[in-house]
This record gives sequence, structure tokens and C-alpha cells, in this order.
Amino acid sequence: MARVMVGMSGGVDSSVAASLLVDAGHDVVGVTLKLWGGESDSGCCSVSDVDDARRVARRLGIEHYVFNFGEDFDRFVVDPYVADHEAGRTPNPCVECNRHIKFDKLIRRADALGFATIATGHHARVVDDAGVRRIARGADHAKDQSYVLHMLGQSQLARLLLPVGDMTKDDVRARAADLDLITATKPDSQDVCFIHSEGGRAAFLGDRIPLRPARLVDGDGAEVGSVTSVELVTIGQRRGLNLGGDGGRRYVVDIDRRAGVVTVGPREDLLVEHQPLHDVAWSHQPVDGALTFQCSAHGTPRGGTVTADAETGVGLIAWDEPQPRVAEGQSIAFYTGDRVVGGATAAHR
Amino acid sequence: MAHYLDHAATTPVRPGAVEAMLPVLTETYGNPSGAHRMARAANHLLDDARDTMATALGAEPGQIVFTGGGTEADSLAIRGTLDAAGGVAVCTAIEHHAVLDPIEYVGGRVVPVAPNGVIDLNALADALDESVTLVSVMLANNETGVIQPLDEVATVVREHAPAAVLHTDAVQALCWLDVAALAAEADLVSVSAHKFGGPKGVGALVVRDRAVLSPLLRGGGQERDRRGGTQNVPGIVAMATAAAETLAERPTAVPRVSALRDRLADGIRDAVDGVTESGVADRDRRHKTANLCHLCFAGVESEALLFLLERQEIMASAASSCASGAMDPSHVLAAMGVDRRLAAGSLRLSLGYSTTDADVDAALAAVPAAVGQIRAAG
Repeated sequence: MARVMVGMSGGVDSSVAASLLVDAGHDVVGVTLKLWGGESDSGCCSVSDVDDARRVARRLGIEHYVFNFGEDFDRFVVDPYVADHEAGRTPNPCVECNRHIKFDKLIRRADALGFATIATGHHARVVDDAGVRRIARGADHAKDQSYVLHMLGQSQLARLLLPVGDMTKDDVRARAADLDLITATKPDSQDVCFIHSEGGRAAFLGDRIPLRPARLVDGDGAEVGSVTSVELVTIGQRRGLNLGGDGGRRYVVDIDRRAGVVTVGPREDLLVEHQPLHDVAWSHQPVDGALTFQCSAHGTPRGGTVTADAETGVGLIAWDEPQPRVAEGQSIAFYTGDRVVGGATAAHR
Repeated sequence: MAHYLDHAATTPVRPGAVEAMLPVLTETYGNPSGAHRMARAANHLLDDARDTMATALGAEPGQIVFTGGGTEADSLAIRGTLDAAGGVAVCTAIEHHAVLDPIEYVGGRVVPVAPNGVIDLNALADALDESVTLVSVMLANNETGVIQPLDEVATVVREHAPAAVLHTDAVQALCWLDVAALAAEADLVSVSAHKFGGPKGVGALVVRDRAVLSPLLRGGGQERDRRGGTQNVPGIVAMATAAAETLAERPTAVPRVSALRDRLADGIRDAVDGVTESGVADRDRRHKTANLCHLCFAGVESEALLFLLERQEIMASAASSCASGAMDPSHVLAAMGVDRRLAAGSLRLSLGYSTTDADVDAALAAVPAAVGQIRAAG
């Protein structure tokens, strides 16, 4: 039995995570993080979500608290998200939230309050491989969230419980229904929690930075269309370019923000032998040899090897076969089998 | 057993108030607007309550408007005046959100305060002109307990904004201050029952003859057409009973609670390094209400402190709570020029009529220990 602080977003996964901890006999306290004060409907920190979490906690017989981490969320997640878009990068706010808020700020808060262990409702597992702790893929591969936890190191993994990692989403919902939890049929959260579904990224960023139009050209420089905001265009993007069907599938292969020119081309034009990285970090020791790399939340893992400078964190993936370039700013998680062994951020080529 | 040190948030209902309201729920339940004997009985209760509140607040009975709480009283004063007269509203930067939000919503002017939390009268004069129709300055602040000099405010208002009425949010004041005397120059005075031992959801607004209000709620003509809707007779009876008891006890309660508060504030300051008492220099608290002890701890986050204090059965608060229960940064401390990082470690211990020596002893033991634990982890 341990004193466990469980993060309760007001969703079904963390509700069930809390119930499993209670059943295991732990001394459990539920906390909901208030992260975003602005308008949002897709997120995990609205007042109605706090209400849901409080109701679930009451049902489970545990105390529930709300921590306002809004200032840190602005500083470490929202402001960098805007700055990244402005600079032409493709940020990963959920990863940054995990890095700075859930698995740093919350852990430090737990420390101050005398809780050795924290838990969340992520679909992933914490495993112990001969004394080395790793994040492993969740039992429900379709819901696996190991990718967004790739930054966790030994000190964090040593005190982390992920109670629903062994369950499928259907199991989670069934258990929530059995317990008559108000969150049992709540839809999964979608997209970035601080962005309103109606206006989307364009409205959110447009309120904060100037959005500039750009010309779309093909590899020969011939104009084939336009976009209203170059800041919303990502390397490798295919949808939303309104190119019509005549030229085959075309992808964004280059973005010149200053000139306001976006180059599109066939998938082959995206393929590279190597992917440059920065902020390479290992969950324990560097791993030589064959790894797989996942470059988005539900992307297909690709094979390769990685070299990195331990001092600077600068590194390079050598792909087994040429792969599409990863947009600068995206997180890349490194796997051995279903174990996360490290991660990095895609650098400019 | 819980040590309740959050009287500025709400107070336990006085037993006398509970006793007074129970027969109104079960026996004298007539609608006071009705024509029969049972209706008249309820109306007589309202008359009596109105007399009591008028005495407590230094007004005529006909100047008392019963409302559904302090926020409604504030909104009736502000929106009611602006709807009737138009013009510009002015308030201080340390008002409760019940005043600040409606005034900011209509683009009103906000006047700064000095570092001790007292309104800057020169800045007030600068903010006033002929277009101003309403000035709102609270009598005592809900976070720090700092008392505003309403007489001086009134003098400035009459000189620089002759068309304006003066409103004061006296919600925090009735237990500790002679509102009838201190707010005598105010045209509109808001109070809320649950801050002085009455139930939640009932309050009153003094509307003196200079003030002309357009009602927020129309329909039924109650409260002389200033607030439509059947009156909350049980709540109003309980409020009046609580007000009468509060006034009767005030001469002894103020020195008693003030001594407890001083022992609490001095004791914590003696036991803990890196603590500042908001708006207080040299431990001189004469410009504050008797019940408030407001401290800021360097290197501490309020939410963590409140969590640990709760574990030791101390119920306290930091700044104003938002709807979710999370703590928002204090606009009051910001207006007083308190460093943002220091303000993040604020603690409000607010005492009341039911506070005992044992409550203070418990807090004196728990607060230094909790601060020490948090700083050790940091």
C-alpha cells in the first residue's frame, strides 16, 4: 500500500485508473489539473470535466483536489506551441504537457505533499526489465499512448503507476459502467485540449500571431494553388491543400516561409536516408543497434539505428529504408520491441 | 475535528438564526404578497426583518431591498444605476469580482490602491468627472481585511463627480465594523447574510433616496418595484436574526477575535522565516478588520499549503476561488504591488464568532510545519 496521487482528467481512463488503485488498497487522492483558462471544448480541464472527476472521486470514496497549473501550462505548453508555429515548426503540445506539467510539476507537487507515487490513466505500461524501468505499449494497441510518454526517465518511472495499461478500452468502459461512473460513456478526448473545435488551429493562432498566405508550387516552380496561412502548413502534409486530383497524391516537401512559397511533390521527394534530431534522451542507457521509431501519436514504427552526442543531445537516425522527412519539432519515440527506450525531437534537415 | 478558519468565505449559521427560520418554513409559510391572514403573517416577518436590517445598516426600513445574496446586491447597485442613469462606473482594483466584473464588463474605470491596500484618493479624483454616475468602493477587503476610508472617498466623489452615487460592498464588514456609521455617506450598501451567521442565498441592498435604480428582476412588484420575485422569507428572517445577534455581540467579539488574530499572525511570523503579512507594516493592523490574517510565504505554493493544512484539519483559503475550486492568482495582491511569486504563496486565515483558542493553537502548530515540509521538498 502506497500513498498515490492520481491525475483525474474527468475522462473514463483516469476514472478507472483511480478505481483500480483504490481496489489495490492504496491510500489514493485524486487531483484534477486546471491547465487552460481560455475557451475550449475538446480538452480535459473544463469546469464540467472537473465536476465529472469530483463525482467519480466521491463515488470511489477518495478525496479530490483541483490544482491550478495554468501559469505553467501557458509558459511551457501554450506559448511554445504558438512560437513553434510562428517559427515554422510542428509542435507536439501533449508531449510538452507530459514533460513539463504532468511528470514534472505534478511530481514536484506530489513530493511536497508527501506522495511517493503518482498515477495517470494513460494506455501504456510501466515494466521492469531486470532493474531497468521502461514504458511499454499498452495492451490496447489501438489506444496505445506510449509515444507521448517517451520522455520519462528512471526517476519518474520509479514512481509512476499506469493502472489501465493492461486493459483494452472496451474493458475500461465496461468496468466504468459496472461501477456506475458518470464518465463511463464519455467520448475520448480529441485533438489539442486548448483549441476550440470550431475555429481550430487557424482561429487560435490567428488571435496570437499574424498568419500569412503562401503560394503552392510544384517541383518546377509552377504555381498550383495557394494556402491562407503558411504557419499552419507542415512538411509531409497532404490534406487541406485543395490541389484537385489531376496531379496524383502530392505532399508538402518544402516550406519557404519568408518567400511565402510552399513546394509540393510526390512522396518520393520527401524520402530521406537520415533524420536529424535534437534533444535525444534515453530512458536509461543509450541503446545501440536496431530500433524502431514512431514519429506521431499513432504512426507506423519504422526501422533504423540512432547515433547521438551525449553532451549536446544532437543525433541522427539512419533509416533501414528511406523514409519521409519528419517535420521539425515533432517528437520521435525510440522502441525496442514494445519498450520505449528513448526519444528526441526532429531537427531541421 | 475541523478547525474552521475560513469565515471570510462563509460562516456557520448562528443557532439563533436557524431557530428563527425553522417555523417560517413549516408554519408561517404564506406568500407575503398575498391577501389573507397567513400572507400577512409572513409580511409582518418581512417588516420586522426590514426594521432590524435598517437599524444594523443605518438606513430607513423603506431603503432596504432584500436580494438573493451579496453578488445580486452588488449587481443591482451597479447595473441598476447604469441602466437608469447611463454614464460611467468607477471602482477600485481590489473590489470583489461581484463588483469588479460587472464594472469591467461595461468598460468602467478602475482606480489603483497603495501598497497597504488603501485606495489612492488622488487617483480616484483623477478618474472622476461629470460623466461618472456610479463609484463603488468596498468597505473592507475580502482577502486582506483592509478598511477603506469611505468618508474621504465620499468627499472626493461629491466634489469631482457630482452626478455619481457612491456604492459600497460591505459584505465583509458587518461582523467587525459599525457599518451604519462608516457607510453613512454611501448611497448604496450591499451585505450578504452568510458572511455574518445567516444562510447562503440571501442579502440586502440599502438604497438611499439619492440613488435611482432600474430593477434587474421585473415581475411581481416586490421590494417596491426594485426586486421582483417572492421574497425568501425564511432566509430573510434568519439574516435579520443573525444581524441582530452580530450587532449585540460586536462590542465583545471585536476585541476577542482581534486578540486571537494577533496571536495567530504574530505566532506564525515568529515561527516562520520568509513570511510577509499583506498590507501590514510593523504588525500594525488597525486598518484591517479584526478577523483577517493574510500571509504570503516565499517558496511555497498556496495549493500545496492548503492541502497539507486540510490534512491537519485546518480549513483555510488563499485568494479567491474560481468555479472549479482551483486557486486563481489574486488580483488584490497584484493591485497592492505584491510580487507575483510571493503572491503565489498566499494564505488567508479568517476568524469569526465561533473561533476558539484551540483553533488558533491548531493553526499555530500546523502552518509552520506545512511550510517547512513544502520548502524542504522544493
